Amino acid sequence: MQYDDLVAAIRLVGVSKHFGDVKAVDNVSLDIADRDFMILLGPSGCGKSTLLRTIAGLEDPTAGEVWIGNKMVNDVEPKDRDVSMVFQSYALYPHKSVQANIEFPLKVRGVDKSERAEAAKQAAEILGLTPYLERRPGALSGGQRQRVALARAIVRQPAVFCMDEPLSNLDAKLRAETRAELVALHHRLNATFVYVTHDQVEAMTMGNRIAVMRDGIIEQIGTPKDVYDKPASVFVAQFIGTPPMNIFPAGSIETGSHLVGARPEHTHIATAGVAATVALVEHLGHEIQVVCTIDAEHRAIVRLPAGTEVPDNGSSVFLTVDENHRHRFNIETGLRIS
Amino acid sequence: MAIKSRRLREIPLAFAMLGPSLLVLITFVLYPLGKAVWLGQQTCDVQGKNCKSVGWGQYTNVVKSDQFQHALWVTVKFAMITVPIGLALGVGLAVLADKQLRGMRFFRTIFSSTIATSVAVASLMWLFLLQPSVGVLANLGWLHNIFPVIKEPGLLNDSGTALWSVGISSIWANLGFTFILVTAGLQGVPKEMHESAYVDGAGGWMRFTNVTLPLISPTLLFTTVVLTSRAFQAYGEMDLLTNGGPIPQDSTTTVTYLIYGSSSIIKNNDGLQAAVAVLLFVILLALSALQFRGFGKRVHYGS
Repeated sequence: MQYDDLVAAIRLVGVSKHFGDVKAVDNVSLDIADRDFMILLGPSGCGKSTLLRTIAGLEDPTAGEVWIGNKMVNDVEPKDRDVSMVFQSYALYPHKSVQANIEFPLKVRGVDKSERAEAAKQAAEILGLTPYLERRPGALSGGQRQRVALARAIVRQPAVFCMDEPLSNLDAKLRAETRAELVALHHRLNATFVYVTHDQVEAMTMGNRIAVMRDGIIEQIGTPKDVYDKPASVFVAQFIGTPPMNIFPAGSIETGSHLVGARPEHTHIATAGVAATVALVEHLGHEIQVVCTIDAEHRAIVRLPAGTEVPDNGSSVFLTVDENHRHRFNIETGLRIS
Repeated sequence: MAIKSRRLREIPLAFAMLGPSLLVLITFVLYPLGKAVWLGQQTCDVQGKNCKSVGWGQYTNVVKSDQFQHALWVTVKFAMITVPIGLALGVGLAVLADKQLRGMRFFRTIFSSTIATSVAVASLMWLFLLQPSVGVLANLGWLHNIFPVIKEPGLLNDSGTALWSVGISSIWANLGFTFILVTAGLQGVPKEMHESAYVDGAGGWMRFTNVTLPLISPTLLFTTVVLTSRAFQAYGEMDLLTNGGPIPQDSTTTVTYLIYGSSSIIKNNDGLQAAVAVLLFVILLALSALQFRGFGKRVHYGS
């Protein structure tokens, strides 16, 4: 692969990061294309933040190579990697005004005062912070602080943006709005975004590509559609999608010693099929979710349109799955068969 | 009405609850303070008995006296030596020990150890170091060749070096206290702020001045106030190392030494001693208020 004209592409080759005996990141290889919006998704402790910090230069990899553009950056200081980072806590300087916060990356680079004030004003303009430039971060709402952190990240126009769960501290409504704004910002800046989250909704709605991580390794890399439609493992199948994919015991839906998975929208209550007991009925307004217990280890959720007649709690039902929406997984490894 | 009568009924209970601490406060703070203020306008015989009032003018006389003004100036110099140097050293050591390196716990223990050392022990230790004939420094040939004052007349006996020498022993003795406070302050600075500044390209000094110092400023203010008030109240060092001397310059006769010191000029006059003590109290009160007001505006207490 040629990197020459792709300044902001990132390539990780066999990257590991061990903390003592803990393998936070274990032999991960990943290509992030120039101007990609790459999501590192996984539960807490899966190594996604460590991987991001390795790209930013805050962690030295125990093994492997980190490439940004056509340069191997293992021994390059963060400031020379052309990356900026947005933290979950925003890490704003409480004693500096919003303007001084945004200017800070330019100030440390010795940009002169009028030039950096101009750049800060532009960044503030993009993020709608112009009225707040004189304030201290303490006088801003959570959403505004988050924007200041973003403005500080964009002010020096880096090639790569590393974002570590930047929306986690916002309330649900603001989070949904900011998701769309971040996507718009990505289009506008034309830079590479690497975005860490444990929220699969953020991953599905924002990323061009998703890397699903678990226990320090990448389970699957693909577009949101790939990952949803063809999960590479039981773990990915159950991590992506709310509610998660139903997994049926081997031999219940179809004969054979493999597991069968099906999304709740493809699982139905029928007059014959896999026997189950209704454990819980949840009325969500626009739909009804029926949680059924198949056996001690397997549950399945069925989505019904609002207003449908639902079985009572504790009643016995039969479940079926659409023929062409079945996902088959190896019972030992959990990996996808077809 | 119901509320008012209920409040009235609760007054005895309130006093009963406050009683123990009120008793302690009155016995050990308010009564002695009042007594000292009263004694400050009296004159007594050598045994400290048969006191009689000579009028509140005694306070003004003390303020106007050369001895008081000299002692106050020595005290100010002592504070100006010990507070900035002590603070800078404490911050420096704390910042060094804040790095996550192997064996740092050992150094933290060492650096904070002087907090467990009493003034008497610290002063004796420094006496063994500084003593002009048998002291450790006096027996380092090359050192006293460069600085003959170490042996003749001795750092503690030369009017030019005595205050500095006492100051150094005091800085050393207070270093553990400063170190612990600043270390605690540093641990309150979020790691992500340093990381963010680091990714943005800020070097060590930039991060120290732009992130660390502003965020530990409340700790620094508190430490400065406490160190200043300790410097103004320092007594053991002067008593053990120099006895307020060398004479005749009285180079280390601070206000506290003037009050208690065994070779103080007013050692036999309870009234004058009380007057100086009350004046020291007033000065310290004003100084602390000034420090909180002056620096308070520049201190950041978080969002």
